Formats: sequence, C-alpha cells, structure tokens
Amino acid sequence: MSVASQDTAVKTGSIAKVFIYLILVLFALFYLLPLYVMLTNSLKPLSEITGGDMMSLPKAWTIEAWLSAWSTAQVGVSPTGLRPYFINSILMVVPAVAISTVLGALNGYILTKWRFRGDTLLFGLMLFACFIPFQIVLIPMARILGILGIAGSTQGLVLVHVVYGIGFSTLYFRNYYASFPTELVRAAMIDGAGFFRIFWRIMLPVSGPIAVVTIIWQFTNIWNDFLFGASFAGLSAMPMTVALNNLVNSSTGVREYNVHFAGAIMAALPTLLVYIVAGRFFVRGLMAGSVKG
Amino acid sequence: MPIRTTRADLRTRLQDFIPKIVLAPSLAAILIFVYGFIVFTGYLSMTDSKMLPSFDFVGLDNYVRLFSLPAWNTALINLVIFAALYIAICTVIGLGLAILLDQKIRGEGVLRPIYLYPMALSFIVTGTAWKWFLDPGLGLENTMHLWGWTDFQFNWIKDRHMAIYTLVIAAVWQTSGFVMAMFLAGLRGIDNEILKAAQIDGASNFALYRRIVIPLLRPAFLSAFVILFHMAIKSYDLVIALTGGGPGRATELPATFMYSYTFTRNSMGIGAASAVIMLMTVAAIMIPYLYSELGAKKE
Amino acid sequence: MGFLDISHVSKAYGSVQVLHEVDISVEEGEFIVLVGPSGCGKSTLMNMIAGLEPITTGDISIRGRLMNGVHPSKRNIAMVFQSYALYPNMTVAQNMTFGLEMHGVPKAERDRLLADVARLLQIDHLLERKPGHLSGGQRQRVAMGRALVRNPDVFLFDEPLSNLDAKLRVDMRTEIKKLHQKLGTTIVYVTHDQIEALTLSTRIAVMNKGYIQQLGTPKEIYDTPANLFVATFMGSPAMNILPATIKVRDGVAFAEIADAQGRLQSLQFSQKNLASWDGKEILLGIRPEAITDIDGADRKSQNIQRFSNVVTVIEPAGSDTFVTMTVSGRDVVARMRADASVAARDRFEFAVNMDKAVVFDPKTEARIPG
Repeated sequence: MSVASQDTAVKTGSIAKVFIYLILVLFALFYLLPLYVMLTNSLKPLSEITGGDMMSLPKAWTIEAWLSAWSTAQVGVSPTGLRPYFINSILMVVPAVAISTVLGALNGYILTKWRFRGDTLLFGLMLFACFIPFQIVLIPMARILGILGIAGSTQGLVLVHVVYGIGFSTLYFRNYYASFPTELVRAAMIDGAGFFRIFWRIMLPVSGPIAVVTIIWQFTNIWNDFLFGASFAGLSAMPMTVALNNLVNSSTGVREYNVHFAGAIMAALPTLLVYIVAGRFFVRGLMAGSVKG
Repeated sequence: MPIRTTRADLRTRLQDFIPKIVLAPSLAAILIFVYGFIVFTGYLSMTDSKMLPSFDFVGLDNYVRLFSLPAWNTALINLVIFAALYIAICTVIGLGLAILLDQKIRGEGVLRPIYLYPMALSFIVTGTAWKWFLDPGLGLENTMHLWGWTDFQFNWIKDRHMAIYTLVIAAVWQTSGFVMAMFLAGLRGIDNEILKAAQIDGASNFALYRRIVIPLLRPAFLSAFVILFHMAIKSYDLVIALTGGGPGRATELPATFMYSYTFTRNSMGIGAASAVIMLMTVAAIMIPYLYSELGAKKE
Repeated sequence: MGFLDISHVSKAYGSVQVLHEVDISVEEGEFIVLVGPSGCGKSTLMNMIAGLEPITTGDISIRGRLMNGVHPSKRNIAMVFQSYALYPNMTVAQNMTFGLEMHGVPKAERDRLLADVARLLQIDHLLERKPGHLSGGQRQRVAMGRALVRNPDVFLFDEPLSNLDAKLRVDMRTEIKKLHQKLGTTIVYVTHDQIEALTLSTRIAVMNKGYIQQLGTPKEIYDTPANLFVATFMGSPAMNILPATIKVRDGVAFAEIADAQGRLQSLQFSQKNLASWDGKEILLGIRPEAITDIDGADRKSQNIQRFSNVVTVIEPAGSDTFVTMTVSGRDVVARMRADASVAARDRFEFAVNMDKAVVFDPKTEARIPG
C-alpha cells in the first residue's frame, strides 16, 4: 500500500478538523473495544466478572485464568488446557506455510518468465480456487484423507492447507514477478544459467518482500482457519481455533469467562504478534488478495 | 521453399520441459482437489447420499427438496439480509474512514493499524468477546444498567428477529478497516493534479469528492464489493462463534446449513446440493471479475 | 557464406506472420544495424539470432554452424539489453562474470578477463557496487562490459541507448563506435533511431512490417533509398516527397511542380532514363539539404535548378535554418545556412540540387532507378 506518499490536495477548516479527529478516535475505540474487553476480563477473577462491569479494570489482578486456559481448563472432554492444541497448530502451520510458499514462488516464476500457451487460463483456474466456498470440497476431502490414511492427522491438515493455499501464494508471486524485468531472465539464459539456476541466483535474491507478504498471509489464514480444522482434525490434531471453540462452548460446569478470554487471546497472540511486527506486509497481502498486483 | 520446423538441441528442449514438470504438482493438486472435488460434490448432489456417499442417481431431487426446506430458505433469506447490510455498511464506513484519514491527519500511522487489526484475528477469537458483549445479562445491556441507565435494552442476540443483525455488527467490525485500507490506497492513487485542477475550477470539497474522487474510485468499489461478497457467502466461523445458528435457526446461513446437513443430519445429498448452490453464487460474481482482471493484463 | 547468416528466416505467432523471408549475410567485423518503427520485427529477428525465440522457418548460422534450436548460451553470443538487465542482487563484478562462471571458467581466468574489460571501459572503480547505485551511463558500460568479457562471436545490442538522456546518448554512441573500431567485433544492433543507424553502422537493414525494405551502407540507404518508406524513415527532417508531372523536352526530363500560388515551374532532372514517364505523375523526393539559397548550393553539383516560391515559416535551429514552403500542395522543408537572409511571407529564389533528387513510382512506391 502506498503510505501517505502523496498528500491530498484537499484542504479542510479547523472546526471540521476537530470533528474529523473525533470521529476517527471514536472508530478507533470501537475497533479496540473487544480486545480491551478480552484483555481486562481475562485478568479478573471469575467472581468479579459475573454481575460486574465489563468495562472496568480488574480490582484484583490475577493471571489465574491464563494459567488455567494454558494447562488445566476443560477442552472437550479432557482437562488439558489449550497447550497441546497450540502445539498442534504450530506443527500444522509451519510446514503448510513453507510448502505453499515455495510452490507459489516456483509457480509465479513459471507463469511469468516461462510463459506458454494457456498459462493465463491456468492461472485463472488457480486464482478461482482461492475464492471457492470450501463447503464444496468438504465431502470429497474427508473421503480422500480417509483413503490416504491421514484423516484426523496433522499431515492431513497440512495437505489441505497447502492445496488451498497454492492459489494465493501463486497469485502473490506471479504479480510480483510480473513486474520483474524479463530481460534479466533472458540475460541469464544467454549467460548460460538454466531454469533452477535463474530462480536461485536471480529471482530468489530479490523476492524478500513478497516472500514476507506471502508467509504472513498464509500464516494468518492457516492459523485462523476453523472450517478445515473442525471438519478434518479429529481429536488428536485439533488446532487452536477449534479447541478454543470447544473450550468456550463446553456446556459442563460454570462458564469461566475469564478463562475463555485468556484462551482467546492465546489463540490470537501469534497472528496479533505478526501483525504488530510486520503489519505493513500483512496489509500488502490483503490488498494483493483483491487480485490487482 | 521447403517448410521444416526447427530442431532444438537437448538442453533447449529440456529447458522447455522443466517449467512444466515443476508446475505439474501444483496443477494436479488444483485440478484434483478443487475442480475434481467440485465435480464430485456436484455428482453427489444428484445422488441419494445420506451418511455416506452413495452413487444412486436421483437427478435434481435433492435440489427440489433443498428449496422446499424451510431451514434452507431461512438460510438464504438470512444470507441476503446479512450480505446486503454487511457489504453496504462496510463500504460506507470504509469509504468514510478513508476519506477522513486522507485529510492530512496527524496520527494516521497509529489509527490505520487499529482499524485493520481485526482482519488478523480469527472470528473464533473475537467471537468470544462479541458474544459476551452482546449478551444482555453480561455485556452492554448489563453495563449500561450498572452505569445507571436501567431502561437500556440490547438483547438482539436472544431475539430471533434481531439476531441476524448482531452478525452484521460483528462482521462489519472485522472487515470495515480492510475496506478502509482499500479505499485509502485508491485515494492515494489519484493524481493530485486532477484534484488541484478541480479546485481551480472552483469545486467545493463536497463537490470534489462527489464529482471527481468517488467516480475515480470505481475500481476500489468493485474490488471491495467482490471481496465482501465472497466473504459474506463463506461466513461460517462468525456464526459458529457468535450464535451457533440460533436462537432456533434464526441465524443459519448457507455455510452452516451445509455443514449441519452433511455431517450431523446425515443428508449428504442435500448438503452437497447446498454447496453447489453456494459455489454457483460465488462463481457468478468471481468469474466475470477474474476474467476482466486477467483479460486486462493481456497485451 | 558469411560470418552470421540469416537465410529465408520467417516468424509467425499462430497465423500472424511477423517476419517474412529475411535474408542477411553478415561479414566478420561488420556493424549491422536493424532499424525500423516499432512492430517492424527487428527485435523478433534479434531474439531469434540470440535463440530467445524459436525460428518458424529458415536458418540462422554463425561461423557456418547452424544455430536453429541451439540454446542461447551455446551460441557464443552476448547481448546488451535495452534495460541493461543487470542482476540487481549482484555487484558489478559478479554481474560481469556471471556468464563466465556459468560456463565453468576458472576464477583466476574470470578475474583476469574482468580486469581487462573493466580497464577498457574505465569502470574499475565500480566493480564492487550494486547496479542500483550506478548512473544510467555507468549501467550502460557495465552491460557492455558483461558482453565483452565473454569474448563472443557476435554482439547483439537491443536498443541499448534508448534509456539514456539525449546528451549521454550521443556520448555513448561515439563510445560504442570507438569500441567497434578498436576491437573489430561483429555487431548486430537494433534501434528505432535512424540517426544511430546511420552513424554507427557499416550496413543498415531497414525493416518495416516484417520485411527488409533495404539492406545497404548508410550512404546507399540515404542517397538511393529503395522505396518511399526508406526515404521517409531515414533522415531528419524527413525527405520531402511531392507529386510532380514528368515532361520530356528534347530528350531531357523535367519535373513540373506548382509553387504556393499554383504557378507551374520546371526542374530539370539529372536522371537520363525517365523518357518513358513523359506526361505521367511521379513522386519527387528531395532531401531538405538539397534545397538551399543560391549562394549555399553545393558547388560539386552538376545540376542546380532554380525555383522561386513564397516562404511560409522560418525556423532557425542554430547551425541551420529550416524554411518551410508549399509545393504542389505539400509542405516542403529547405535546410539553409544559418545566415541565409530569408523572411517569412516573402518570395524567395531557391536552389535545388537535382543531382540528389530521387523519383518514386506512385503506384509501387519503389524508386525509379536513375
């Protein structure tokens, strides 16, 4: 995204300016509200929450709820806390992101620098795959995972996320490489470099920014996925989002809202962290997701 | 003059081949896992599959039954209400915030990330907060009562006529910042000289935006619409986290309908048919859009 | 058989034929320029020489070795690209030696070749920099350096100067010419700039719409253009083309043309073989510098004709003054000495050097040989 590189030529009066700031700040509060509610209430004891004021800061600060959410809370049937599921998510996300990014880079390189008849159509097919409602693949996917013997496993989820992540990672790399001069590839060909050598020596060294965008995008999407996790994970490979949902919706016993909030923030933490550290790239990924590169 | 095709040496022929070999796995994956599966689901939608896939062909029976199901019709009506409000409100808020942020605002660097961060979070996460916030006994209503406004009522989430609007609120909260970013990028892409020329022509700020800027944002409007539309149809986590489809079936959307009919109600044929309808709806918007986007890039 | 032979080469994309039966035979040490407007097929032809695009039909051979289907890196060619195509992630030294490295040349040898070429091009001090930190002219030198270290049979230049500003372009043009004279390498050079073509080349191939219009030395191209396209494309300002009627009196041909007021005047041809065109319409081609004031006329010319006309516009351009008038309904430009005393709207006596005039058949647009 172009960040304030161009000033607008529009001028506004000072009273109008005050109103503008007021509105902008109000919206900022609106966006921050849920995070604030989660954070403050995760640090209260349960007694302070039920019947208490959701907006107030804790009177008695405690990290009890966090500890419980991490290691002892009831998720589904077992009192394991969210820790095993957090690990599940990591085990799923890392390979899925790595594989889909590498494939996307190679695909983007081929689709821009080794063009062939029908490549645009092919890319169109990949691109459309990004936007399908995944309900259309749930039934056959469940069967295929069963046939491959990886139903309910982390490998199964990795496969699913790689397959449905290729479209986006290809899109990113393709659009990025499209503006990379083809003459460079030709020069390298004349210099005697082959397909992989050109990729390795010429393309990859300049792919840093788009690789970051792609990795962040894939990471966020796969970490946040719920539908595939809920459909294919089973108990042992259940990712964080599904576990959180189970924690929050478990009907047994007292509803420990503070634990729910602590768990929710845990589930949000990795993506939130990525957003805070590299928000610029996240936004760029979002924008590229609207197809225009 | 004899026409003969030129022979390539081994290396050149190999170099011609390698890209296709490298592309093949991705292509195969997409063809099988996307298009093959679409065909498979399409076929299942014409069979009498219940709990397990069956291959007894029943034609369009499932579609006929689907559209006679009250639950499906509720889901469709809900989708129309939800999508229309969601797209409209996101666009208005997004455009408004973008225009305001574009007025040489100090602190833009702080505000922009705040508007956008909800996109980085899963709805399962923020749903816990929203659910609580919307719960009359715990959230906003309760807080207002505690603050002394005892007549205050906000129990939409428990009200079967109003619950669908709580989905809109939460969904708008999540996505409007992203729409803002799209419009902001569009605004920043407008040539400043055009704006200066319009001001020299005597256009007021209002006229400037209405007559010059907003028409120039057409591509951003189109992209925003397409993205929001497909997100609306795919909305699933949102419902699960916020209302679970309830109260009753009041907030059932096609995505949740498909899931429950297929996996919990053992009507796979019906579920498949509903998935096909969803796909066709998305395709009706996405295919022309992608076609024009890719077509425009061809020389 | 030449050093680089292009024979009967055609190129088609699907049903679209972009090159038709091109034949060029290049001798060793020649500097061939392919020139033409965009879309004329010159870059396609160059890419086929480089092996970057397959040949549809025909043969290309270098040093008698058939190159059809041979990988670009195995043709012993080097190419300088319009955008220079320097690898942004590598230093200048790495850029220049990348090709040698790919061809398995040992490090010591690479360093020696690099040092030689860097000295030749005076880029020794840039070797450790990245291309992003170089000026346009420096990048251009590096790109040439990268081609030179390979010591190829044929150098290919693809519009190498078009990304430079006007001043630098002229400097680099001289530089390239010097380099060619010094090294005597064989060069194929693509450009759309006719001045580059005329100044640099030993021979020019003028191309249009996928056909070679004329292949010849700069002088042949300039003085005896094969057809109207070549005549108007080469030279700036362009050759004046005006309709004229041929009148033959006592075996001598004259061109009858009308001045601005419609009065007919005759110019005697130097050409001897126009008798058969008596009474017919032709197109008369006269370069601007062949129309002058009387004192400025070329002394060596055997046939200076006088022509009186009203001056429309005067454009002083420093070294020359361009004078525009209307002849036979067309604008005609004359190129005068800077101090010629001409005034707009006055009637003026022009000297036309008919030795330099060319005649075109209006139907075929081909030059009628004199």
